[in-house]
Amino acid sequence: MIEVRWHGRGGQGAVTSVELLAVAAISAGKYAQGFPSFGPERRGAPVAAFSRIDDKKIKVRSGIYQPDVVVVLDSSLVGMVNVTEGLKPNGILIVNTPKSPEEMKKELNFSGTTATVDATGIARKEMGVPIANTTMIGALLKMIGIMDLDAMKESVEHRFGRIAQKNLTAMKRAYEEIKISN
Amino acid sequence: MAKRAGMEVAMAVAEAVGQCNIDMAAVYPITPQSHIAEHLSELIADGKVDAEFVTVESEHSAMSAVIGASGTGARVYTATSSQGLMLMHELLPIASAMRLPIVMGIANRAVSGPLNILNDHSDIMPQRDSGWISIFVENGQEAIDLSIQAFKIAEHKDVLLPVCINIDGFQLTHMVEPVEFPEQELVDKFLPPREPYATLHPGKPVTMGAFAMSDYYPEMMKAKNEAIKNSKKTILAVWEEWAKIFGRAYKPVETYKAEGAEILLLTMGSMGETAEVAIDELRAQGKSVGLVKLRLWRPFPFEELKEAVKEAKKLIVIDRAVSFGGPGGPVFSEIKSALYHEEARPMICNYIIGLGGRDVAVTDFTGMITRVLREDSKKIADTCEFWGVRER
Repeated sequence: MIEVRWHGRGGQGAVTSVELLAVAAISAGKYAQGFPSFGPERRGAPVAAFSRIDDKKIKVRSGIYQPDVVVVLDSSLVGMVNVTEGLKPNGILIVNTPKSPEEMKKELNFSGTTATVDATGIARKEMGVPIANTTMIGALLKMIGIMDLDAMKESVEHRFGRIAQKNLTAMKRAYEEIKISN
Repeated sequence: MAKRAGMEVAMAVAEAVGQCNIDMAAVYPITPQSHIAEHLSELIADGKVDAEFVTVESEHSAMSAVIGASGTGARVYTATSSQGLMLMHELLPIASAMRLPIVMGIANRAVSGPLNILNDHSDIMPQRDSGWISIFVENGQEAIDLSIQAFKIAEHKDVLLPVCINIDGFQLTHMVEPVEFPEQELVDKFLPPREPYATLHPGKPVTMGAFAMSDYYPEMMKAKNEAIKNSKKTILAVWEEWAKIFGRAYKPVETYKAEGAEILLLTMGSMGETAEVAIDELRAQGKSVGLVKLRLWRPFPFEELKEAVKEAKKLIVIDRAVSFGGPGGPVFSEIKSALYHEEARPMICNYIIGLGGRDVAVTDFTGMITRVLREDSKKIADTCEFWGVRER
């Protein structure tokens, strides 16, 4: 089972990301959960959302405390929220930032695999908005490799209709442009 | 083929209710039920479900509206949570006394104060004696299945009682997970149109909810009690039919690795599957432990419960609500009184957990079972503890 914790700010679409990912994984025949950090959420305030993906039925319904992967949608949270809290030492950290993964590692004092991608830059270019939630799904799928990027097509189209293709293009660019430091 | 999909459970519940050929719904939105209200009203507004959605100004009005509509013979649905259910409370015994087959989804949530929107069972517990059939679900699939079955149970001529389906708020309502929708054709066959016993109609006036003083009131109360006790037969028959058609079986008391277990854990609602993981871990260490899950809360399944726990030496009852100043949590006191006259009965103790949305992890269950395994029976007997709660 892969457990992912997403960090973002209210309104940046972390919850949409976990929903799209879960729906796509389930369509691909897997088992998945996608859920927000329960409770009231305010636009701009730090929020978290969670994904679980497995090949067999997922029973556990508690929070995720030791994620395999952490995705940071907004790099301004780094240093403000302890984004690596509980992240397994052999886990993966993925940050939306133009900085290099080596810089990020140093900044966060994290020794595991770290990947960075300028998802906001990509989203701005491809969709005209600085909302990087769908773009970062591309980055995540590159790092965990549980399914093809194509598996996202149906759930993204269902959710975004005529602007779906722009989201898919941005997702693909993040998949291709991500920089990794093991 | 039934359709497997990933969907938020609250929306899946609205979809399932939309499959039930309802005539009318009156739902006042409240967290964490809101997505049921929103999605059902959307399905009706989009013409996907041919029903009347009555917008109301409070939960008291929502329940009043479904009582009136159900009286006319309509198939009706409502849903609520927490304070909304508390506001409905005044009307709940009226709905059951009038023998109206209303179906209500409850996205279980803590009650104020302090104000809290997260899950526990303290909204449903005060409704226990309202004469409603009350059933708990532990995952999205069960929420779909039970929401459909509820209409069949409620409207059956041998039942004619309102039914509430308890769906843990957030833990279930806000979870995107795999669910399978039964084929519409099979749902239509399973759930034919309602055949009301009597209807409010200007052409043929009848009185519903009449006045009764000491001359008739006690007889009415006994009749209602007999009706809900008898409903278990129909509930079992409906579950048998469901298993035949849809392949998923339901029981009033579900068990997991419970046979021959020395220690049993008993849960209700969404904690069940997390508890299964704890049982698996302890079984792998060679510990004799199992799980009992209470699905049917009213009518209380006495025989099935006694059967499930008769071989256990110790029984740990989990409550997600408090009976202040009482003999322990509400589930605990029910189980204890149900076993009072049994010759062979387990030592029983009580942990209250998950109040106001406090997370319930696998380690909570392994922790309490490990402690009970260690302690001698006399010491743990009748323990009622708020698990993991800070005291200073």
